[in-house]
Amino acid sequence: MRRNNTFLNLDWIVIVLYLFMVLAGWLNIYSAVYNEEHNNIFDLSQRYGKQLMWIGFALMLALFVIVVDSKFYVTFSYLFYALFILLLIIVLFFGKEVNGSKSWFVIGNFAFQPAEFAKYGTALAISKLLSTYNFSLKIRQNQLIAALIILLPVALIILQNDTGSALVYLIFIIPLFREGMSGLILFFGVYFTILFIGSLVMSPVAFIVVLLLLSLLVAFYFLKRWLPIGKVVLLLLAISMPFAIYQILAGDGSFDLYFVLIRSSFLTALLLLFRTIVKRIQHMPLITAVFLVSIVFSVSVDFAFNRFLEPHQQDRINHLLGIESDPLGAGYNVNQSKIAIGSGGFLGKGFLKGTQTKYDFVPEQSTDFIFCTVGEEWGFVGSLLVVAAFVWLLIRLVQLAERQRSKYSRVFGYSVAAILFFHFAINIGMTIGVAPVIGIPLPFFSYGGSSLWFFTILLFTFLRLDASRLEQLH
Amino acid sequence: MDSYSKRKNMILLIFIVVGIVFVIKLFTLQVISSAYKKTATKNVLREVVDYPSRGLIYDRNGQLMVYNQAAYDLMATPREISVFDTLELCRLLDVPIENFRIEIQKAQKYSRFKPSIVVKQISPERYALMQEKMYKYPGFFFQTRTLRSYTYSNAAHVLGYVGEVNQSLIDNEPYYKSGDYVGITGIEKAYESELRGVKGFRFFLVDVHNRVKGSYENGQLDTMSIKGNDLVTTLDVELQGYAELLMQNKAGSIVAIEPASGEILALVSAPGYLPDDLVGRKRIENYPKMAADSLLPLYNRALRAQYPPGSTFKMVHALIALQEGVITPYTSFTCNHGYHVGSFSQKCHHNQAFQLTGSIAQSCNAYYSYTFRRILENPALSGVRQGYERWREYVVSLGFSSQVSFDLDEELKGFIPNSDYYEEHVFRKSRWRALPLISLAIGQGEVETTPIQMANYAAILANRGWYYKPHVVKSISNGNVHPEIREIHRSKIDPVHFEEIMDGMEYVLDPNYPGTASSARIPGIVVCGKTGTAENPHGADHSTFIAFAPRENPKIAIAVYVENGRWGNLYAAPIATLIIEKYLNGEIQPSRKYVEDNMLKTNLLYPELPNYIRYSK
Ligand SMILES: [Zn+2]
Repeated sequence: MRRNNTFLNLDWIVIVLYLFMVLAGWLNIYSAVYNEEHNNIFDLSQRYGKQLMWIGFALMLALFVIVVDSKFYVTFSYLFYALFILLLIIVLFFGKEVNGSKSWFVIGNFAFQPAEFAKYGTALAISKLLSTYNFSLKIRQNQLIAALIILLPVALIILQNDTGSALVYLIFIIPLFREGMSGLILFFGVYFTILFIGSLVMSPVAFIVVLLLLSLLVAFYFLKRWLPIGKVVLLLLAISMPFAIYQILAGDGSFDLYFVLIRSSFLTALLLLFRTIVKRIQHMPLITAVFLVSIVFSVSVDFAFNRFLEPHQQDRINHLLGIESDPLGAGYNVNQSKIAIGSGGFLGKGFLKGTQTKYDFVPEQSTDFIFCTVGEEWGFVGSLLVVAAFVWLLIRLVQLAERQRSKYSRVFGYSVAAILFFHFAINIGMTIGVAPVIGIPLPFFSYGGSSLWFFTILLFTFLRLDASRLEQLH
Repeated sequence: MDSYSKRKNMILLIFIVVGIVFVIKLFTLQVISSAYKKTATKNVLREVVDYPSRGLIYDRNGQLMVYNQAAYDLMATPREISVFDTLELCRLLDVPIENFRIEIQKAQKYSRFKPSIVVKQISPERYALMQEKMYKYPGFFFQTRTLRSYTYSNAAHVLGYVGEVNQSLIDNEPYYKSGDYVGITGIEKAYESELRGVKGFRFFLVDVHNRVKGSYENGQLDTMSIKGNDLVTTLDVELQGYAELLMQNKAGSIVAIEPASGEILALVSAPGYLPDDLVGRKRIENYPKMAADSLLPLYNRALRAQYPPGSTFKMVHALIALQEGVITPYTSFTCNHGYHVGSFSQKCHHNQAFQLTGSIAQSCNAYYSYTFRRILENPALSGVRQGYERWREYVVSLGFSSQVSFDLDEELKGFIPNSDYYEEHVFRKSRWRALPLISLAIGQGEVETTPIQMANYAAILANRGWYYKPHVVKSISNGNVHPEIREIHRSKIDPVHFEEIMDGMEYVLDPNYPGTASSARIPGIVVCGKTGTAENPHGADHSTFIAFAPRENPKIAIAVYVENGRWGNLYAAPIATLIIEKYLNGEIQPSRKYVEDNMLKTNLLYPELPNYIRYSK
């Protein structure tokens, strides 16, 4: 009985979370574009009216996705993938240019972005690939095939000049990691991304201090003893002394902490590297080497940034990284977005009472920056609720993925969670100034049919697979 | 179970850590930091200033002298400007294209979202012309301001002008904001707080394009502007105009006061300028030219020119001597072509003895040398120094050596040296003697007085010993009158001593006597006057005259200075009596038309013109 009733087997927690987000998203779009003259919620000339129509259509899509047999997705995974790759190629020739990227099909009133749906195809294809009998990511050839499946759409989307959308594909590292990809790739991928952003965003002194503390903590994790850590700190202080004294004597009264820190920590790490190699102490050479490489990497990023880039290029990177400068300059959007969210306070200004978002201080307030309306009108409480809903959804998706018997469903589940996570992390992160400004929508919240349908199909395909988790799929 | 299932924990950890980071960041943004809330309010709140119209200014007879006229500032919001034909816009506005470009750049620098003024004070005519073309220039709009406008082309110095506030005023007085107007000289400055009114503020919620979206807090914080108070001046604009006409082509000044009230009827500094010349954009063009003019048209001589008073000062000594009892009206001194003591001579041109009235009528230097010496060497006092100090007290009580007017802030104090000054510069620890001070007897030497002080002194003579502070504003529309202008200042001279002085001053204009200004006599009006010559080390001396009339119940007291006019009877006396006659009779009688013609024709500024009278020593 239970085995055969798809609807009873659906995970209703996910569905309720989905409905909550779509409804909350619509309320915020309504508020963001609210206009006393047009307050009929079905007014199709207004964004909330259109969004309402698209929500209705999305629900129909969800129903359709659930009704289809789950074997259908498994069987046609590669076909779907091929179809979307084809669309990505076609859009290069026949697409419409919007905001500098040629990534939209426009047929009459209907606009559609294949890059969005290509993620769906890629998720299906990766799931299919990894669930192949006897497939192992330890084999070099398999690694290459997986990389190819992911990088082909990335290349095509970059050709459309839509780097933001292409970046999303990096998140396929997560399902690959879950399926046995070397953890080091995940670690160093994340580590150097953070290092790169950190060395541009943080002050040099803060950067070195954080790096030092981090290295010492990792060293303690492996050594489980404080004594050698203390010795290293003492060594560092001893080596920094001559530099500090030099600074005081030769300087013009100012004390350059960065000068002292960078030289003494570099020398200390060199000494330590030499000593730990000679004494064959486990893990320590690697930690000190990573520390040294990190310092060199950060200094060269800084140097390259200041030395080789023109001011306007620096601006653009600063902009990408969301670094605040002149409020009307590169960081303007992020700054206004933070002002809007910050002005919400603990309980928010109330529904329809936001001023920053409504009066266009925040750009794209119903699409990429929809979270500003949440922050301004619903305050910390509302923001917390939305973040919690997303984290709950992600945790729930991982739990569902883990209960799959079929590897195909599990990989697909992780892909869905990973894609949602990337959108959630980058979108909300950029509105509060902790992530670079990349124009990607907040799932279920942002205005726009194309992205809502994509996320709906993605989520409900997994729910459909989950509903038939007890069946043999291949 | 597969071998990598533990990795799910790592992945969950990443999700949860990101969630926690967001919550912490949101907490600091929304709950801990208050900066964002303030900026948010600043973002959406636009304060719109409702500029009050400045108070109107009337003359004593209710003639409107100063009013307001609309002018328009062209504003630009850089963000909204699209490509436009700069050349055509500049032609329409009649401004140089380079200046316009600079202003646009400044506006962009200030803010891309908020409007700035790019062209100031466009006339209503040009504004009307431009209105229909504005659709071509998105991002530009007009803001209405008011400019001063004048019914009469007179009294520019008294009225003063209005200009934009400077940075130091903005820093010191929070009322003023950049771009506000403020009175800079004259009445506009002295009565700024009455005239300016109260700015109104309306608060609006605006969007990022500065477009108004609604009122803030339902307008509860909005205030209406309150119009400035109107002023009624003491000036008689007709008399002022006539006085200015008489001073055309001459340098000098005229101050006429109503003795019974201290009200200034006319105040002229010549050469002057037209009030319109310093309004709005014209000021930018005219001011530097005027400031560079060697005839100093911007300089208010009536208040700021400090001349040695000359013979008009003689009655001061007579009054003090009478009060101190060192002479009587019948004390007689002999003029032997002057006053001679040893090698010292104070020259004069008589060979006869004078009593008080005669000495005034004929302005005898010798008489006053004797009199002044008696004041200094007063036997009742311990010596010359004390005699001088006593004399100075009387002089100060007659309104000299300090700002005598109530509301003409630019006025200088003049100079009556105190005894320390002579101690330091003349006697240098030696014994005080009368002779080194004797030139004061004929109003020369170290003393300096301003024309307005001399007019006030004429008013004291007319009042027999007291005065109200001369002032130029009679009443304010809100009913405020400063009590100080109703305060009587009494000199240290008893009223009884004035009769003989008045006799002498009446004889000054009496041809039978003959007085020094008998040619200026007005048939039918008893004028008391006194001629003078103000020493001028830089060129020809200045012609001066003080007078009041009629003798009984005086209606007008006047001081006239004509620079380089040599003697009082030449220009200052005829001009003074013409003004008196005009004021008292409303017109000049036919028998005196030739005097008026002469004065009108006289040109002392440009020697090449035919009426210029050349003097040589
Ligand atoms: Zn004489």
